[in-house]
Amino acid sequence: MSTASNTQKKGGFLAGTANYLDERVGVAGILKEFGRKVFPDHWSFMLGEVALYSFLVLLLSGTFLTFWFQPSMAVVEYNGVFAPLKGAEMSIAYASTLDISFEVRGGLLMRQVHHWSALLFVAAAGLHMLRVFFTGAFRKPREINWVVGFALFVLGMAAGFTGYSLPDDLLSGNGLRIIDGMIKGLPVIGAYTSSLLFGGEFPGETIVARLYGLHILLVPALILIFIVIHLFMVVIHKHTHYSGPGRTDSNVVGYPLMPVYVAKAGGFFFLVFGVIMLVAATFTINPVWNYGGYDPSPVSAGTQPDWYIGFLDGALRLAPSHLEVVDAFGFTWAFNILLPMIVGVGLLAVVAVYPFIEGWVTGDKREHHVLDRPRNAPVRTAIGAAGVTFYAVLWAGASTDLIATNFKTSLNQVLTTMQISLFVLPVLAFWITKRACLALQRKDREIVLHGRESGRIVRLPHGEYVEVHEPLEEFELYKLVDFKAYQPTLARPNAQGKITIRARIRAGLSRFFFEDRIMPVTGSELEAAQHDHGPAIESQETKALH
Amino acid sequence: MSDSEHDYGTGLAVVTDDVVKNPGIEPHRVRMTDKSVKHENRASRQVTAMFLASIAGSAFAIYAYFAFPITAELLTVRVSTLLLGLGMTLGLFGIGFGAVHWAKTLMPDAEVAEDRHITRGSEEVRARAIEIIKLADSESGFSRRKLIRRSLYGALAFFPLPAIMLFGDLGPNPADTLRHTMWKAGTRLTKDPTGTPIKASDVTVGSVFHVIPEGLSDLSEHKLEEKAKAAVLLVRLNPEDLKEAEDRKSWSYDGIVAYSKICTHVGCPVALYEQHTHHLLCPCHQSTFDVTEACKVIFGPASRPLPQLPIAVDSEGYLIAQSDFTEPVGPSFWERKI
Amino acid sequence: MAIQKRKAKFNRRSPIAAAIVLAAGLLLSGGGYAIASSAVAAEAAPNAADIAEGHKLFLANCASCHGKNAEGTQNAPSLIGVGAASVDFQVSTGRMPGAASGPQLEVKPVQFNASQTAKMAAYVASLAPGPAIPDASLIAANGDSTRGGELFRINCAMCHNAAGAGGALTQGKYAPNLMGANPKEIYEALITGPQNMPVFNDANLTPADKNDVITYLMFLESNPSPGGNELGNLGPVVEGLFVWLAVLGGIIGITVWLGAKSN
Repeated sequence: MSTASNTQKKGGFLAGTANYLDERVGVAGILKEFGRKVFPDHWSFMLGEVALYSFLVLLLSGTFLTFWFQPSMAVVEYNGVFAPLKGAEMSIAYASTLDISFEVRGGLLMRQVHHWSALLFVAAAGLHMLRVFFTGAFRKPREINWVVGFALFVLGMAAGFTGYSLPDDLLSGNGLRIIDGMIKGLPVIGAYTSSLLFGGEFPGETIVARLYGLHILLVPALILIFIVIHLFMVVIHKHTHYSGPGRTDSNVVGYPLMPVYVAKAGGFFFLVFGVIMLVAATFTINPVWNYGGYDPSPVSAGTQPDWYIGFLDGALRLAPSHLEVVDAFGFTWAFNILLPMIVGVGLLAVVAVYPFIEGWVTGDKREHHVLDRPRNAPVRTAIGAAGVTFYAVLWAGASTDLIATNFKTSLNQVLTTMQISLFVLPVLAFWITKRACLALQRKDREIVLHGRESGRIVRLPHGEYVEVHEPLEEFELYKLVDFKAYQPTLARPNAQGKITIRARIRAGLSRFFFEDRIMPVTGSELEAAQHDHGPAIESQETKALH
Repeated sequence: MSDSEHDYGTGLAVVTDDVVKNPGIEPHRVRMTDKSVKHENRASRQVTAMFLASIAGSAFAIYAYFAFPITAELLTVRVSTLLLGLGMTLGLFGIGFGAVHWAKTLMPDAEVAEDRHITRGSEEVRARAIEIIKLADSESGFSRRKLIRRSLYGALAFFPLPAIMLFGDLGPNPADTLRHTMWKAGTRLTKDPTGTPIKASDVTVGSVFHVIPEGLSDLSEHKLEEKAKAAVLLVRLNPEDLKEAEDRKSWSYDGIVAYSKICTHVGCPVALYEQHTHHLLCPCHQSTFDVTEACKVIFGPASRPLPQLPIAVDSEGYLIAQSDFTEPVGPSFWERKI
Repeated sequence: MAIQKRKAKFNRRSPIAAAIVLAAGLLLSGGGYAIASSAVAAEAAPNAADIAEGHKLFLANCASCHGKNAEGTQNAPSLIGVGAASVDFQVSTGRMPGAASGPQLEVKPVQFNASQTAKMAAYVASLAPGPAIPDASLIAANGDSTRGGELFRINCAMCHNAAGAGGALTQGKYAPNLMGANPKEIYEALITGPQNMPVFNDANLTPADKNDVITYLMFLESNPSPGGNELGNLGPVVEGLFVWLAVLGGIIGITVWLGAKSN
């Protein structure tokens, strides 16, 4: 090794540096191991990167903001440049937010960068989760990484919410007040928890500083740790790839890390940052100066949380009237608050454990590295569509007032429609999606076996007209046949000869999942079909009879 | 990876050997930049140009920082934000588009395959791992020495408890503060935010006053906490529009009624008063209260009516409270009824 | 006038909210705006001839719903005592004469010119005392914008939104967007309480308070957001939609380009 490094010394600065690093941290070994690691390339694989890069932008812009922001709720008289607040009493937190906006060059830009990238972070993470869900990337061996990713999503919401509350303006103050109301509604511990959180009665004088500690230290540290675990597991498992020619469960097809992937992913960071910067330079986000400092008496129409908390706010709005039970056992049961919380938390819980449910139903213990096309897992795709619809209705529920004013309808009707939609639309979405998947699978079979309609009509010697079907190229064809179907199982007796409830549930679920299924085209089917069609036109005759 | 090496159940998957043959990776499609020096040179120039544009963008941002300072004029903030941002955008986009264009046109784009290894360790590795655990166990006596082990569990379970206790001083016990507000018999109703007292004659039919208790502005501490509980909405209806319960007939004054502004749902200020329908709407979750009928809930997620503040008029004609609210204001909490 | 009928059922006829909505509508109907804004009735006290002419206009255009003597009918409320301010607000913003029935009066192209409006206002004002059209000194928008902002947030923002962008009320009613409303309309709306808007009498918000509120709104109006496009000032919901559709959408466009093979 040392002789090698001696001879390389002539290589100049780069070689010298490489040698220096290798002799101290063994960088050569790292490069040898990872430098040509293969990453599959597909646009949908970059959504997680978008979240990662937004997080980096958040760290950069957030650090900038900490240099000026002061998380104190002590009251001062504003004496900055924003005329309509001059002389107003406000907290130092709010005043320093205004100062960042109006008296620090680039301060407003960085505030907007920070807030836009926060919204983007959670959005990209959510979309990434949907990609992982609909392609079955959560299957063995990646179930744990799904849970880690889920934790990141929840932490993202926590980071966002704690940040939303920091400027101590009217909007964030009312947001906190809603949280306070929800906490107070918790059975037994409600009033105590609220008092601990706010250091006494709402709004108190400590909540901004407390949230600040969480927002700039604890939550980002946890996110960072979980990101490291998340990526570490990606390295262990290697990235999944879509089914296609040459792709199997025992290889990974794509481009080497160095140089192609480094250039693309590195460049992509700058592109994501660039998009955020462009939006921050041209679009206002959270104009805190419009809201004024927090005062418990006023409220603004359109008081809503940032989008990722919207589904909880929507759940609160959609709760029917008069749910609260005042006198059961002498205590107050605020079901109008508890029920929405249960719905929201329950939805998240189902998301977190879904891989384990599906894994239990299929009983499939093999490793999966080739992704499913969503249509090839019709029930999973349909469950996903139903879940997305359910979430979307809750989310839309948080903007009933804006929907009403923008579409000139009645707020009350919008809300009632949403309450019904919450139950009807997911069922409808499930059914439509499942049917659509099965139809697409049938179409795939048709194309594989009989080729693609070419639009060319040919007249046969005996006068019949047929459309010529062009067979697929084998590479293209393989994408359509490379999947495994599952079939439902029966509830079987165990060793004691008893059919357990567990077995019955599993059998029922397996029927639910796999009762309707389309089998992939087998080798012999394909061969038979190709034989049928033959190379020449006359064989179209038999085909046209189908 | 070979599935035969380990017993990996396929579960309900239909496994068959009769599958369509995998044709292997598609042959590489040659790009223009691979076969034409002209195209290659052009791509190379494009990449360079993008990197240069990036430098120009960053330089412009620095220029804008100095050339467009912000002053007391709001528009300068707008200009500074825009120009700094656009310069930096160009600085970022130049690098990003340049690097990706470089990768796409000039770096090899033939896909390669790499083998995966099964995640599970090989049998030897696993055997060795088990061996290590067993060795560690026997050397430490972890399984054998039950007493040590259990007392360790106990210690570990107890050690975080003091830390939890330390959070006890985050806030006081809620005690009775949730049940009381600043209002008491004789407190004048005053306008928010000025604190000007309100005469009954000032409150004409169809108008709405946002009210705070007299003396709130003079509080040296807990001003916001008191305001968060004591905020009141004052409206006057034609007395014949009011449907008052017998025991509350004396709580209003000549059609003037005062209700807590704090929503009984989760505490937003319920302040949207419609003068003809006499509905009060909460802008946060759309709970709607009917002022003519003791602010009962007629729509939305709230359950309880808004608490009413009993009012009267003092000798000078100013509106005063007869007492505090007769029930806790704001959102529900567990011990509310006790 | 058909609208007026619907309103009558709920016994409401407040022009304030209408004034505000007006602003938005006026921007669309530029011509109407020019007429409306020139309709300031700062003229000398109306003479008998004006009142007589106003009565004629009233009989031709309003009486079918409001009654021959403005005493009101089943279809529309009495206008006795609503004052000139109310007429000026409703007519000069195009809300009156009302059109199709709906939850509340909509802003429409203005149908009467300034002098016609002033005459009708004079007629209605002659029936009984009521709020007068504000004097120019009351709406000079030269007050204290900080105080105006505070008063606006306490008294107005819950319906009209902190940035004056408007908001929803119950059963299809709404508080209109205030951007584009002129000081006179705002003042008239405050003193007359159009439709479901409460009245803010001088004991509640003094004329100086009202001028402060107007000052604040005019500041918002003349100072676009320093952060760039305001996205309607509608708050986090619109920001969330924007981040999904435009920002994430744009980035997905980039990822597709990134993943596509170069030719």
